[in-house]
Amino acid sequence: MGRYLIRRFLFGILVLWIVSAITFLIFVKLPAGDPARRVAGRQITAERLQNVRVALGLDKPWYVQYGRFAKGLVPFPGWFLNEQAYFSYANQVPVKEEIFRRLPTTGVLAAGGAAVFLVIGIPIGIVSGIRRRSLADRAGMLFALVGVSAPVFWIAYLLLFLFWAKLGWLPGSSIPPGEGLFESVARGRFILPWITISLTYAAFYARMVRGNLIETMSEDYIRTARAKGLSERRVVFKHGLRAALTPIVTMFGMDLGYLLGGAVITETVFNLPGIGQYAIRSLFTTDFPAVMGVTLFAAIFIVVANLIIDVAYAFLDPRVRYA
Amino acid sequence: MSATEVATELIPSGIGEREPLVKLVGAKKHFPITRGIIFQKKIGQVHAVDGVDLEVYPGETLGLVGETGCGKSTTARLMTKLYDLTEGQVFFDGVDITKFNRNQMRPLRREIQMIFQDPYASLNPRKTVGTIIGVPFRVHGTLSKSKIKSEVQELMELVGLNPEHYNRYPHEFSGGQRQRIGVARSLALRPRLIVCDEPVSALDVSIQAQILNLLEDLQEEFHLTYVFIAHDLSVVKHMSDRVAVMYLGKIAEIAPGDTLYENPKHPYTGALLSAVPIPDPNLAAQKKRIVLEGDVPSPIDPPSGCRFHPRCPRAQFPTCREVEPELTRHHRGQFAACHFPLEDRAVIES
Amino acid sequence: MPEPLLQVKDLKVHFPTDDGLVKAVDGVSFTIEQGETLGVVGESGSGKSVTFLTVLGLISKKEARIQGEVLFRGEDLLRAPDDVLKSIRGKSISMIFQDPMTSLHPFYKVGVQIVEAIRAHLDISKGEAMAQAVEMLRRVGISRPEERVRQYPHEFSGGMRQRAMIAMALSLNPDLLIADEPTTALDVTVQAQILDLIDRLKEEFSASVVMITHDLGVVAEHCDDIMVMYAGKPAEYGTRQEVYYDSHHPYTWGLLQSITRIDLPRTERLRPIKGLPPSLIFVPSGCPFHPRCPYVMDVCKVEVPQLVTSNGRHASACHLSLSEKERIFHNDVAVQA
Repeated sequence: MGRYLIRRFLFGILVLWIVSAITFLIFVKLPAGDPARRVAGRQITAERLQNVRVALGLDKPWYVQYGRFAKGLVPFPGWFLNEQAYFSYANQVPVKEEIFRRLPTTGVLAAGGAAVFLVIGIPIGIVSGIRRRSLADRAGMLFALVGVSAPVFWIAYLLLFLFWAKLGWLPGSSIPPGEGLFESVARGRFILPWITISLTYAAFYARMVRGNLIETMSEDYIRTARAKGLSERRVVFKHGLRAALTPIVTMFGMDLGYLLGGAVITETVFNLPGIGQYAIRSLFTTDFPAVMGVTLFAAIFIVVANLIIDVAYAFLDPRVRYA
Repeated sequence: MSATEVATELIPSGIGEREPLVKLVGAKKHFPITRGIIFQKKIGQVHAVDGVDLEVYPGETLGLVGETGCGKSTTARLMTKLYDLTEGQVFFDGVDITKFNRNQMRPLRREIQMIFQDPYASLNPRKTVGTIIGVPFRVHGTLSKSKIKSEVQELMELVGLNPEHYNRYPHEFSGGQRQRIGVARSLALRPRLIVCDEPVSALDVSIQAQILNLLEDLQEEFHLTYVFIAHDLSVVKHMSDRVAVMYLGKIAEIAPGDTLYENPKHPYTGALLSAVPIPDPNLAAQKKRIVLEGDVPSPIDPPSGCRFHPRCPRAQFPTCREVEPELTRHHRGQFAACHFPLEDRAVIES
Repeated sequence: MPEPLLQVKDLKVHFPTDDGLVKAVDGVSFTIEQGETLGVVGESGSGKSVTFLTVLGLISKKEARIQGEVLFRGEDLLRAPDDVLKSIRGKSISMIFQDPMTSLHPFYKVGVQIVEAIRAHLDISKGEAMAQAVEMLRRVGISRPEERVRQYPHEFSGGMRQRAMIAMALSLNPDLLIADEPTTALDVTVQAQILDLIDRLKEEFSASVVMITHDLGVVAEHCDDIMVMYAGKPAEYGTRQEVYYDSHHPYTWGLLQSITRIDLPRTERLRPIKGLPPSLIFVPSGCPFHPRCPYVMDVCKVEVPQLVTSNGRHASACHLSLSEKERIFHNDVAVQA
């Protein structure tokens, strides 16, 4: 087991390295204008330009440049997303600072959204799975179909239109400057974003839970459980769900890891200052260090989430422990 | 006794030649078990087949029996070179094919065919029956396209299928019919050897007899040689001229069918036979049971000396634990690998 | 005369499907006395498993149309309320199934699963139930049961798993144990051990046993009475001696003639039953076996034969007269014996 985890960990490092290399290559090849020029500001003299170049390390060969960024991968204090390499071209702020400042917002969005989609999606999936072909099942799957098909931004604007513009029940987008995160949540600014995010995931999870449950309930051990005289509720929850939900746990880990990297569309539509919004902005302004920083940050979340899932799965499925 | 000595001793009934069609000499097949962080290191192996000498004579049916993990399926696959040997040699028609590569094996593949157990899994559900049976012709390019269909339909009739069902799909047939399709396919290129790996185990009892009769008829008509693997000892008894009993990768006993069943010499054979339920209540009551304790051990770490010694009711120590018995000759054509073989008529009073 | 333990009267179980009505069980009647072992023999599609799944209430009324009566100690299980059924399942009537690997939950320890069965019916503490579980494992011949009870099913071998299933089924001392193909998935030496175990435990627990199987050898060695089923109906019912040495149904004859025998010298050819197993949707008219019967008469194609007793409890569902049946058996079938 320990061996297995070490291998996965090393593999994770490899993945991060590849991600950074690819991102770097894309930007090196991208004709986006001279970054030095942008950083240099308005008054550009040849000398100043050259100074900026040197400061940013743009005069060095590409592999040296890459090396500077690669250093930022190592989770060592002072090295991780270090300020020298990861310094935003656009607004002259260390990338690390910006990311950590925005992290709580994205965190609240992700956590809240995840809670909502679990609470909506899983019960719908269970009811659909138990009462197949009933009205509840068909309604649940219709919901799932809509949730999976509807684009996130469409849902977002629809919700805004309905609950803010028309009905005025909930506040609209963005967080006014000066308002703390806690206050924003209390004012309900996150409610529509949470619903937006969760609908797509809830739909997906509902379908997965339903499918898994149907398959599980046709297994032989369910028949044995019934033959023992257990109540149907116990059979479904302790025997059926226990097996049906285990794969869902792994999916959830991945999805949460992904969300923590920034729910780009939702944050943009609702104008929430999270990591996703930062990522989009950096792309549009070809702020390479920022893009690199955000990408790596998101990648790290996913790799860590994967590791946690692997460990969790071994706890949940005893057959895996002896692999 | 060496393989050659064993070979020259045997003259299966009704068969004139002495040259075996297939021969395994000291055959071993080990599957590695690996472990490691980045580089996989071998920490053990599954001794699936661990030193087997076997001959199959033209025209005979050799039965292979044994329980889970005995290596009978692996042995059969070594004979057909579906697996490469870890050690030892395999001969086909006197030629050493152990080291043959795929190109060299190609022409031989027409002579050696296999029928599998699961009629539901061994046919491609997306192809029509006609296509499935015709595959061998296409692969080996032996017939022109126009002739394939008529040849396939002839084969279908031969195995008892309606040739008009040429365009149907496997799911439209019953289990027994699907098995017939498998038989037709294996027969297409008129092979000399067909290895049947549990061909009737997945079928209903009333259908099994139909398929077994079919296999026997085809053997006579086309002068086929069969290696017949099954876990059902009564089926093997019916089909086989000689039977080899395997245990943990080695042959425990090999004898002509009737001899083996009436007069087993290896205690494992005796235990196997006495464990088979007899559909005759009075006879069953008279049966002498040789009871084995425990489960079949794993081929990863076989016991020392005679592999059967931990479960053998007749084992005597230290001999059985330390010395691995060789196949010794008993009655004509019967060989058992045991230091303290059974007395005559130890199991069934007929 | 003591009341029979189980009485099934004219049981019918029909499944409506997209392809049509599947008549899995179509008029089955039999009785099981206390202490009896009944062997139910049939091929796939004979309805043998569905019959007993219905007895135990494991076929829900939503998926199938069920008619007839299933009297357990006089009470009709088909019309009993749910809580009565649940109290009987696992406690008075237990069932074990074919594949012990898939029949045990892979995520729970074996001991936990047995404890669950016990505590579903008895109001005792987990500790006490676990002690009982350990004892049951010991009684079914599993060594070091205190350790084994804390292991998962995949850590057991095939034979041990089936023993654990048996332990679980017998833990509440049921009156009736139904074993559905309990040894089909096991090696032959393990099969012998398990069948011997069931024989021994049957005595110790004073239980009646139903052994469902397709193997005529198994019922010959372990069952007192035998019911042969075909296409959802009983073909023949009798004692061991009657079914093997004096059977009265062409299907039974066909089975006895077509199986390979380890106790007889090699024959040149087997005598199979011609034709294919019947569809349960488009069941042949009259006697369902008639398309495959070598002794078919005109009446067989039209009229469904009833299960008629010839003497004692020996009964067969066939239009041939008794003297004809005996003649055919002794001339054509028994020559092999």
